[in-house]
Amino acid sequence: MSAPQDSLRLHVDRDRCAGAGMCALTAPEVFDQDDEEGLVLLRQPTPRPEHQAAARLAAGLCPAGAITVNSPDATAS
Amino acid sequence: MPYEPTAAEAAESAPTLPTDRRSGCPFDPPAELTALADRPLRRLRYADGHVGWLATGHAAARAVLADPRFSSRYELMHSPIPMAGLEEGLPPAQTGDIIGLDAPEHTRYRRLLTGRFTVRRMRQLTERVQELTAECLDAMEQAGPTADLVTAFAQPVPALMICELLGVPYAERERFQSRVATLFDQTADEQAKGEAYTGLLLYVRELVVAKRAEPTDDLLSDLTTTDLTDEELAGIGGVLLAAGLDTTANMLALGTYALLSNPDQLDALRADPGLAGQAVEELLRYLSVADPIPRAALEDVEVAGVLVKAGETVTVSVQAADRDPDKFPDPDRLDLHRSATGHLAFGHGAHQCLGQQLARVEMTVAFPALFARFPTLRLAVPPEEVPLRDRANIYGVISLPVTWEQEEVAP
Repeated sequence: MSAPQDSLRLHVDRDRCAGAGMCALTAPEVFDQDDEEGLVLLRQPTPRPEHQAAARLAAGLCPAGAITVNSPDATAS
Repeated sequence: MPYEPTAAEAAESAPTLPTDRRSGCPFDPPAELTALADRPLRRLRYADGHVGWLATGHAAARAVLADPRFSSRYELMHSPIPMAGLEEGLPPAQTGDIIGLDAPEHTRYRRLLTGRFTVRRMRQLTERVQELTAECLDAMEQAGPTADLVTAFAQPVPALMICELLGVPYAERERFQSRVATLFDQTADEQAKGEAYTGLLLYVRELVVAKRAEPTDDLLSDLTTTDLTDEELAGIGGVLLAAGLDTTANMLALGTYALLSNPDQLDALRADPGLAGQAVEELLRYLSVADPIPRAALEDVEVAGVLVKAGETVTVSVQAADRDPDKFPDPDRLDLHRSATGHLAFGHGAHQCLGQQLARVEMTVAFPALFARFPTLRLAVPPEEVPLRDRANIYGVISLPVTWEQEEVAP
């Protein structure tokens, strides 16, 4: 069990992805691009603590809004 | 409540897009443009009298570029600058000109290309870019100790690379180089641009037909295996060639001029070549050479608390947005140690620069290599005599005369 501040869940939408590579450039441990279409691949759906800051930055930089970040405890109902 | 001018009053008082940089620092946006950046979005009068908008705030610019309700279709836009021969309005994108298309047509074309320009693939070119850079530096050194950095270095490095990538023979550059220059020249009239574009398309189409018959190991050949027609391939190839020739080239030349003008920053880069990647991002932000980016509202959209009505054009000033002090503190300072992440120099949204990872590799290799080869590189003319490309779609310098101490050059 990880502590709540460690929970970060990422979702990617390959239909929205523009293949610009900002995520793979910014957080290469978390994101990749497939070789065929260059679209986003998620290497770590729940990134390790040391990669979370880069993952959040990458989500914010994505030109197509194809990456969403959820902190489960923030959205629990 | 802020005072809201009526449409008629707005038309009367709205400024036109400032483009004159002559009075100020060659790396700064026009002073009149900076004066208009006190509000993130404001009224702008277009060349045909249309009263649309100017986005100068970083958040507003980003919001417009990210929003598919703002169209990239030329025929829906009004031009902020007068274009000779286009008083009746802009024609729609020609076949394969992906810059002027919206989804789903844009998506279809782009998806055929994005896999070829990934971070990984472009990084694999690093060694090749190093070789091409070294060859250009060798030639420059042998012809020295003076050079026009534009023709000796800034243009050939990216041109050699994009030609190799696409499968366009660099030796045939007289067939495309001047045509691309005409396309990006705002002083060229529409007839001249039309002829240049047609000539460029014919040339690329010839290549496409040849590659269909006899494929080689390059992007154009690979694209002939898709369902794209020769006409589409010629259009796409023309756009990629033009974009590859005239963007990084301007960044390399103008960036060198900026670094030579900021010796403390150049020293920082020389002292720590590992700074190159970050330095490139800051140079991209500071110079933002591909500017402005127009969009047309397909429906009413609220941006920065303002209602942009369907049919209105918004001109996104990338230069101004990348100097927004709310996003980048002390924005007019070139500071290679700052985090310039989030700059809009490659645009934003579905059209964000397809070749940006190639541009990053080229610049990250080329700048340090240039300054390592010529430790005493300096301008050969007074700074104010460097001619500027202030009437071109991509900003830069027309030439950059440089010189160096020959005996100090390492063997």
